[in-house]
Amino acid sequence: MAVTTEAELEELATKASWYDKLKVFMRQQPLGAIGGGIVLLMVLMALFADFLAPYDPELNAFEFMLVAPSWEFILGTDQFGRDLLSRIVYGARTALFVGFTSAFIGSFIGLVLGVGSAYFGGKIDLIFQRVMDIFMAFPLIIMALAVVAIFGTGIQNVIIAITIPFIPRCARVVRSTALSIREIPYIDAARALGYSHIRIILRHMVPNVMAPFLIMITAFVGQAILLEASLSYLGLGVQEPTPAWGLMLQGGAEEYAESAPWVAVWPGVAISLAVFGFNLFGDAIRDVLDPRLRSQ
Amino acid sequence: MKYAALKYATAFAVGTVMAVGMSATPTKAASDEKPKMGGVLNFVVGSKIPSYDGHVETTFGMVHPIRPFYSLLIRVNPNNPSSPTDFVCDVCEGDVPAGADGGKTFTFKIRKDIKFHDGTPLSAKDVVATFKKIIFPPEGVASSRKAFFKMVESVEATDDYTVEFKLKFASGAFIPAVATPFNFIYSKKDLDEKGYTWHRKNINGTGPFRFVQHQPGSFVEGKKYENYHFKGQPYLDGFKAISAPKMALRLQAIRGDRAAIEFRGFPPKARDDLVKALGDKVTVQESDWNCVLMVTPNQKKKPFDDVRVRKALTLAVDRWGGSKYLSKIAIVKTVGGVVFPQHPLAANKDELVKLAGYGTDIKASRAEARRLLKEAGQEGMSFTLNNRGVDQPYKVVGTWLIDQWKKVGMNVTQQVNPSPVFYDILRKKKNFDVSIDFNCQSVINPIADVTKFLGSAGNNYGQYDDPVLEGIYDKLSRAESVEEQRKYMREYETRALSDQAHLGVTLWWYKINPHRSYVKGWKIAPSHYLNQSLDNIWLDK
Repeated sequence: MAVTTEAELEELATKASWYDKLKVFMRQQPLGAIGGGIVLLMVLMALFADFLAPYDPELNAFEFMLVAPSWEFILGTDQFGRDLLSRIVYGARTALFVGFTSAFIGSFIGLVLGVGSAYFGGKIDLIFQRVMDIFMAFPLIIMALAVVAIFGTGIQNVIIAITIPFIPRCARVVRSTALSIREIPYIDAARALGYSHIRIILRHMVPNVMAPFLIMITAFVGQAILLEASLSYLGLGVQEPTPAWGLMLQGGAEEYAESAPWVAVWPGVAISLAVFGFNLFGDAIRDVLDPRLRSQ
Repeated sequence: MKYAALKYATAFAVGTVMAVGMSATPTKAASDEKPKMGGVLNFVVGSKIPSYDGHVETTFGMVHPIRPFYSLLIRVNPNNPSSPTDFVCDVCEGDVPAGADGGKTFTFKIRKDIKFHDGTPLSAKDVVATFKKIIFPPEGVASSRKAFFKMVESVEATDDYTVEFKLKFASGAFIPAVATPFNFIYSKKDLDEKGYTWHRKNINGTGPFRFVQHQPGSFVEGKKYENYHFKGQPYLDGFKAISAPKMALRLQAIRGDRAAIEFRGFPPKARDDLVKALGDKVTVQESDWNCVLMVTPNQKKKPFDDVRVRKALTLAVDRWGGSKYLSKIAIVKTVGGVVFPQHPLAANKDELVKLAGYGTDIKASRAEARRLLKEAGQEGMSFTLNNRGVDQPYKVVGTWLIDQWKKVGMNVTQQVNPSPVFYDILRKKKNFDVSIDFNCQSVINPIADVTKFLGSAGNNYGQYDDPVLEGIYDKLSRAESVEEQRKYMREYETRALSDQAHLGVTLWWYKINPHRSYVKGWKIAPSHYLNQSLDNIWLDK
């Protein structure tokens, strides 16, 4: 089924099976498909880590410390004799858990605040946007570091630390779209019918800002994975013996970079691939959902 | 009884030296090579300087850059720093005095040729003012080593150049306490005129180097003090202590010859990398280290008030196996009890294996741990381990311990905190389940060092009260012969580590100092606090 025009694409959207849609997506967005494939692989690794990992990722086996990649240990072992492949596989679980949780919570709160701010406007919008300005004045990593410094380390606090900087970023983007929607007559009509603010926001405005919202979520997941790895690398994220890619880099990169480079290389590759995958996938989704880019 | 303490001290010294297998050597007769004069020693320091006041601070981050500006009354012999009993005079003259009056009076003759860096002559009054600040600080004045001098009744100047310490009871712990490298000699004039906190931010000592500048977070610089009382020393023109918190940075500094030495210690892997890269341009000195990480269960929290649970914690740990492998990746190595392993008062292997958690059959130990946990209704128990955010060896040992505990069914989460938060949890919040803690001392002084295991000790965070252990310690501190001390030490050790399992000793640290081969004269000590005056170091360039 060859699809070449926008009209055909829309027709396909209503009639075609998901398989056909996937084929079209892969042909039109090959890089996005590669990104989606990487994301899918990560998700599968995270979901089926118990079956895929050949060894217990936390088990110290000193008799196998710093073993180079081999048939027995495909990616080698670290200084505690732990299998790196198993830790990479389980590390996907940590990365995705932190990534998705932070991205979804941060984006959702940002969505509500952004749409609400745009809808109410006036002083509420003015004050709210200045507060957002303050939060956005801090670089992402600095804000996350500050939050971890206040709340302490651990996976919950890492999620909080990553979520907070996402809120104003999402709110700002969503607000700009919501501002234009607020001016459309059907919003006035909804007001005239006496609908509550909550109903207007949730039923009539939020669905219309979903495109930028979804794009932001995919971008945030990649950023969150990178942030989690950064915080763990700095010793402020998840803690040993939890398998986490950034933590693996911290534990091995400095001391064994020369004599056992595989200790640092594989988690580095995993982080790069994950972020690369989410970015490609996010870009492709943006291209598909953005009407201006779609028409190009 | 009149000379009992003297006899004991002599026997103790001789016995110790024989046991350690080293002989005390005079200060100036250590090296066959003739020292070369000149040059600036660059070294790296991995910790910050909280303040310059040695009487208050406890960190090597202060000792390494600041100690060269000060003198001590006595110090470990810089040419034989491995010996726990070889002390030599610094601002005193002659030999270190033996105790008179049954070991209850120590008289030090002070040198007459010493001047502070500001030109003020040093006299017995300065030494007395210094030790009064350390031993009897006025209310509100901090002194970290006050407890070391519990045996001291008074310290007075009998004339301008004589200092007399009177003790309440004879104690083998007195002389090592005096030699503690934090006991910087301050000027009485400074203390009287500028106050007891002046030294936190200012420096005026009689050490081999004069203070030049401190750029916080960057470096401390010192230059040779021409009027130093050991004539001909120091050999260096100056030094620069460069701040480098990350180990990789310190390692690269030595590799790239931006620094010649790091005095605290590197892990084995770093040593191997340096040796591989630099060959004979690097020299490695190694020593057992008077430092040990311990496991402290909080006995105010259930289930750690139950001795069966505490015993299970220690029984689960394979110390002999850990020693074999952890020593390859961390600065720990030696299996030991409460006393520094090379000391005559330390338990030998036959004595150690009788303690819970020291058996050579780890399967049997872990089976016993599981039985105890079941009996206590704590199978599969979960808890959080409070640890310090320092890689070597805290985080490595913490990760190893969690794996050991997992093998008897415990589920442990590690909470790694920066040092201030870590200490805050131990000292103020006291809300931890189990925490890593350390016992790092400078001069090897087992009778003082083991106070850490007393519930009443200020630096014990287990929150327990054990009158039986306190009673054994009382007997230990008053024991006069080495045999008697050994007997009580074993009782004390068995009670603290095995019968009550108040604390769990992990592995004793192992000090590895790779340094540029052109650094001469410095000898490794069993503590990173010792032998840091730098007056005997010279550069063979």
